[in-house]
Amino acid sequence: MNKVIITVVGKDTVGIIAKVCTYLAENRVNILDISQTIVQEYFNMMMIADMEHASGSFDEIAAGLDGIGDQIGVKIKCQREEIFTKMHRI
Amino acid sequence: MLNMFEVIETNNMIEHEKLDVRTITMGISLLDCCDSDLDILNRKIYRKILSYAKDLVATGEAISRDFGVPIVNKRISVTPIALVGGCACKGPEDFVSIARTLDQAAREVGVNFIGGYSALVSKGMTRADENLIRSIPQALAETERVCSSINVGSTKSGLNMDAVRLMGEIVLETAKATKERDSLGCAKLVVFCNAPDDNPFMAGAFHGVTEADAIINVGVSGPGVVKVALEKARGENFEVLCETIKRTAFKITRVGQLVAQEASKRLKVPFGIIDLSLAPTPAVGDSVAEILEEIGLERVGAPGTTAALAMLNDQVKKGGVMASSYVGGLSGAFIPVSEDQGMIDAVSMGALTLEKLEAMTCVCSVGLDMIAIPGDTPASTIAGIIADEAAIGMINQKTTAVRVIPVIGKSVGDTVEFGGLLGYAPVMPVNGYSCEKFVNRGGRIPAPIHSFKN
Repeated sequence: MNKVIITVVGKDTVGIIAKVCTYLAENRVNILDISQTIVQEYFNMMMIADMEHASGSFDEIAAGLDGIGDQIGVKIKCQREEIFTKMHRI
Repeated sequence: MLNMFEVIETNNMIEHEKLDVRTITMGISLLDCCDSDLDILNRKIYRKILSYAKDLVATGEAISRDFGVPIVNKRISVTPIALVGGCACKGPEDFVSIARTLDQAAREVGVNFIGGYSALVSKGMTRADENLIRSIPQALAETERVCSSINVGSTKSGLNMDAVRLMGEIVLETAKATKERDSLGCAKLVVFCNAPDDNPFMAGAFHGVTEADAIINVGVSGPGVVKVALEKARGENFEVLCETIKRTAFKITRVGQLVAQEASKRLKVPFGIIDLSLAPTPAVGDSVAEILEEIGLERVGAPGTTAALAMLNDQVKKGGVMASSYVGGLSGAFIPVSEDQGMIDAVSMGALTLEKLEAMTCVCSVGLDMIAIPGDTPASTIAGIIADEAAIGMINQKTTAVRVIPVIGKSVGDTVEFGGLLGYAPVMPVNGYSCEKFVNRGGRIPAPIHSFKN
């Protein structure tokens, strides 16, 4: 497993999840878990994904997601899972 | 499994509260470069630094992208040059050539500072030590990235007052040598007591002789994160306050630990220590002074400041120690004036004085840091300031340091702009009474009684 956390934050609009998921599927990134919520019209989504069989490198996929974020007007970040587990788990 | 609130909390710290890893510093031993021929020595130093640190910057940037956390500085510390150059350097000029080599190597690998233009003279000076010290003004004026530090005392050996007096003169000469740039050279010169071997922070970083061939040390930061956490604890008692600081320091330090381990793995260099420091920057919301104000002071410098800082410093350590496998360096809250907007404001409005800053250094790392003083301050007075600060370190078995900038041509009321992370500072008044007879006595102040523990 090569787990990454993908977060999407921005103004809610139609098709955010669809776009992100399509991109991940095209790049053979497996989604393990999705949660999302809307706070004051702001869309917050967190995805746990596995990049072990991904067709591109971490940097390429992170850059691709960043590009999709720019297209639909949201901020998409892709980070390796350890920064969160290190901080929040002893 | 991670939940969304945890992920949002971490990303908020990074995006809004200025959480970052302040520096990855690679310590490189230059002891095996020693040679009696100066040209060969310089070539060996250059080659060794390049072979070890060529990937440092790129690796730091890759780690930063992977975890989405900024790594602000990538730096190098080397063995104190007085030890490395002693065999080849016949005079101060020869040492300056090593400074140029270090500067060139730093530029080539892309680090913004290289530390270790240093001498350890807590008990006495060798001829090489003295030559290096006398070369500092020219070395810092002619180079851009070289940082210098001199250890003039320790709890074990007392204070070398000859070195203290000399450093008073050298600080002033360095200021004069760089007067066109607001005496910026002094921002790259630190005078220590009890200097640690594994400090990753500039300008005082050097790679101690007790260290391995190469090592990765990491300095974390995050005053903004602590400040925001404390906003949620307004009006609560000290127990809640302390718990909040500890919990936050733990989280900040874990990020440093992760980055340090990852850097160590990728660069194939052993992990040394995490330095648990709250290191401010001139950016608003990245200030140690603002934390102290959040704790309940109208302005930093008000009565209660020393107690608040002591508490903050201790809680940061308690929280951070458990988050990291090895802790070292300076580890504590930094209180540089020019690099902390809250400190600058407090000085400007008269709330914070040099004497209060000196008191604050008794309870935190490190010392009188990035303080602009009038350019006509006598060398003996600067030596007196260094002696006072070193005495605090010696007696309290802690690291203390002095990095003051006598700004040539400026006096109290003027402001000095250093730029970038070094910030800007109002010139602070210095007590005008003389200590010349005291510092001119010469010799050593013996080690304190409580250092005899054997």
